[in-house]
Amino acid sequence: MAEQDWKTSKRTFAAVSLPTLFWVLLFFLVPMAIVWLYSFGENRGLTDIDISGTLDNYKRATEWLYLTIFGKSFAVAALVTLICLIVGFPVAMAITFASEKWRPWLLLGIMLPFWTNLLIRTYALMMLLGTQGFANKGLGALWEGTSWIKTLVGLQPLPTWEPVQLLFNNFAVVFGLVYVHLPFMVLPLYAALDRLDRSLIEASLDLGAGHFRTIMRIVVPLAAPGIIAGVMITLIPALGAYLTPDLMGGTDSQMIANVIERQFKKANDWPFGAALSFLLIYAMFILIAIQSMRKKVPEVR
Amino acid sequence: MTEPAKPIIQIQNVSKRFGKVTAVDNVSLDINAGEFFVLLGPSGCGKTTLLRMIAGFELPTEGRILIDGQDMAGIPPNKRPVNMVFQSYAVFPHMSVADNVAYGLKIAGVKGAEIKARVAEALELVKLGGFGERMPDQMSGGQRQRVALARSLVMRPKVLLLDEPLSALDAKLRAQMQFELSELQEKVGITFVTVTHDQDEALSMACRIGVINKGEVAQLATPSDLYEYPANRFVADFVGSVNIFEGKLTLDEPDKAAVDCPGVGKIYLNHGVTGPHGADVWVALRPEKIYLHVPGEGKAVKAAAQDAPDGYNFARGKIKGMSYLGDITLFEIELDGGARIRVSRPNLSRHDQEDFTWDDRVSMHWRADSPVVLLG
Amino acid sequence: MALFARAPIAPLEYSRTLWMRLWVGAVMVFLYAPLVVLMVFSFNDSKRNVVWRGFTTKYYEKALGNDQLVEALINSLTIAALATLASLVLGTLAAVMLWRFRFPWKGAIDGTISLPIIVPEICLGVAFLMFFAAVGWPTDLVWPFNLGAITIAHITFCFPFVTMVVRSRLASFNREQEEAAKDLGASEAQVFRDVLIPHIKPALVAGALLAFTLSLDDFVITYFTSGPDTITFPVKVYSMVRFSVTPEVNAASTLLIILTVVLTFIALKAQGVKAIAETH
Repeated sequence: MAEQDWKTSKRTFAAVSLPTLFWVLLFFLVPMAIVWLYSFGENRGLTDIDISGTLDNYKRATEWLYLTIFGKSFAVAALVTLICLIVGFPVAMAITFASEKWRPWLLLGIMLPFWTNLLIRTYALMMLLGTQGFANKGLGALWEGTSWIKTLVGLQPLPTWEPVQLLFNNFAVVFGLVYVHLPFMVLPLYAALDRLDRSLIEASLDLGAGHFRTIMRIVVPLAAPGIIAGVMITLIPALGAYLTPDLMGGTDSQMIANVIERQFKKANDWPFGAALSFLLIYAMFILIAIQSMRKKVPEVR
Repeated sequence: MTEPAKPIIQIQNVSKRFGKVTAVDNVSLDINAGEFFVLLGPSGCGKTTLLRMIAGFELPTEGRILIDGQDMAGIPPNKRPVNMVFQSYAVFPHMSVADNVAYGLKIAGVKGAEIKARVAEALELVKLGGFGERMPDQMSGGQRQRVALARSLVMRPKVLLLDEPLSALDAKLRAQMQFELSELQEKVGITFVTVTHDQDEALSMACRIGVINKGEVAQLATPSDLYEYPANRFVADFVGSVNIFEGKLTLDEPDKAAVDCPGVGKIYLNHGVTGPHGADVWVALRPEKIYLHVPGEGKAVKAAAQDAPDGYNFARGKIKGMSYLGDITLFEIELDGGARIRVSRPNLSRHDQEDFTWDDRVSMHWRADSPVVLLG
Repeated sequence: MALFARAPIAPLEYSRTLWMRLWVGAVMVFLYAPLVVLMVFSFNDSKRNVVWRGFTTKYYEKALGNDQLVEALINSLTIAALATLASLVLGTLAAVMLWRFRFPWKGAIDGTISLPIIVPEICLGVAFLMFFAAVGWPTDLVWPFNLGAITIAHITFCFPFVTMVVRSRLASFNREQEEAAKDLGASEAQVFRDVLIPHIKPALVAGALLAFTLSLDDFVITYFTSGPDTITFPVKVYSMVRFSVTPEVNAASTLLIILTVVLTFIALKAQGVKAIAETH
């Protein structure tokens, strides 16, 4: 049965559609429109904003300083996505091919952190990575161990262990974002791999291909939609991430969301913040447009 | 072929257990080079597991499998000299037909020009010449199956494995493909091992059939032997339609035997059974081997039968059910002894079915060499 | 000998190969080790989170004695509960609308409904900050009405997730069931109640869990919409973390983690691991 024309049962349609449409209009489209309008405004006095149609905010946003921050945010998000893909793909494979008994539990294992509070997870990671944290202790122990082995074989011991700065730098931001976003990547990858007809993999093996070649030539091309979905689902929130760079980053590792936040909470320059927000939204739209273009290619062929 | 057929596949005491479930139970069988071998059995009997063990996708829990004399233990599917046509065909949807067929050759490191020639040859063989540039989603199910066939055959395997090759095709196409597969097998001379649950398919294509039941080989025979000389009740019942009567062996001599079946009476045979006297046995009788007399015909037949060398069995009963199937009519008859028997009768003339109706009293006979006595 | 003999690994049993197991194990350690350490050290009798100095529950007493923290937690739970209820209703209605009907501008409306999922949190937060400022939303209401602004913001970003989950479940609905119910005399509303709702129940459980945790989890949007009287748990923890890392935060965090796990297991009990896993 196909979809029903709304005119054939107007009352039912009104009942299911009006609440949603009303809500989306009032509490999503109107707020977004306000941001959009303000992005063409300028500050008059402390709280007064005049929507004058100026493009100054956008001009300022394309200054070198802000362009580098945009570029850096992209680079960090892309790196995070890549790491998530490399780490997550084997996990998704393992879940897909796990036995019936294990699969739901492995999935749950991936999803439970996803349900756990982001702030708590970030905080937990900070505890581990701090100069007094376990990561440093572990590295220190390894260092001491190597040093001890070196003295055993008669070599000079290593210099004394100096704790590494694992927190408040770019490394911490990337590490933290990977930690937070890994489940985002694994779940769509799993969904795509699970849909894959297993006999395709068997056919490839049967025709003489090894596992690596089968994965590269059969599994990856066929799971491409899922891989792209996973990339988008990871890339988009990573690009707009606020909390992780704010808490785990250093002074030089702020991302675009941190700059936006500063316009509202500290600099009190709402029009400029609004302009930056919309630039970020436009960037998302471009990413999604690229994705949907990519999707259409095989259909045309 | 003067030399004795030599086994290309030797399955030796192979068992496969999934957890507590035994899918294949101590199976031993040899498949000869160049033959069209069919594994026949109901779904879930373990036949597909057996095929997948030959291909290397499942590993035997016990026993071993030899291909061309070589033990396959520890040899992964991509290193085995066999290829498989999957039930879903498993044609790679993101590659053209030609790329699909060329896939294995490319991996084997065959040179470009030769790949082209061999792909064209293989496509020609399965009657898909000129389809190389098509994508799989532009092809019908039957055509996709041919792609899968070409993709496997182009590798020139020692054995081609086919998992339910015709199950996804409609009835007409299935009948046509049965012939084509047999023809193809003769042409390429490669050993084919096919799995099916369809007895017609098995009977029409196979040189030899292995009937599998509950993970065990129930019988290994040529199609006609399987049908005419079933080894046990399972095979008799699974292959074709059959009446089975339980009885006691009361007479067993080298040239004759008799089984006393309650509800039917004594059933005579013109050969010995070599079963223990008085043992519980079963008699299998195919419906088409019973001759139903039209009214008034019975006496004449009986008179003529007096002189017949081997003798006949006679019975009388009442028609309890009829189903007209066009080429034949199937009768369900309640014998005077109380047992029910199924009889089929070819409609040789357009009016044959008009001779009978429900509750008619009828007589029938069958030759003394028609019943098969089954001990298990 | 037989004790150590393992069944050989078949070609497609990727998850049984040693490399895969090590990889998955490492990822699980990566995901859970920080949380486990956090929870363990909430019982550590020391101001620093490094060396184990003995078991204590004093930080739990401290956390539970912290009126601001408790109030923030109550606020968060209230908002999450309200947002979940509203998201379930709105999200299900939207899913039914998009699944059932053909109407003008459908593509655009479909896209707009899922936009809050895509728009970065920071932009949504900014939008709500400006919106509530522009409409002059009252900030001096009594509890729980002062949570209205935050709740509205949460519903906006939660309900599209419910729509998504419910819609994918609806796709597997066999319309013949609906026709059978009508054939047996059911009205439109009875069909909805007796046939459709039972079918999408797993999606509703999963959607509720998703909405609740998303709402409880949210920091950024709340950060922009909360006032001094409407601190939520993440906002409070954020200010504590910024100020200093103390075992009190560990204790509070542990309580929230346990709450999440309990909620998850209630959802699992209601619907089974598989159903929840599949709706994601």
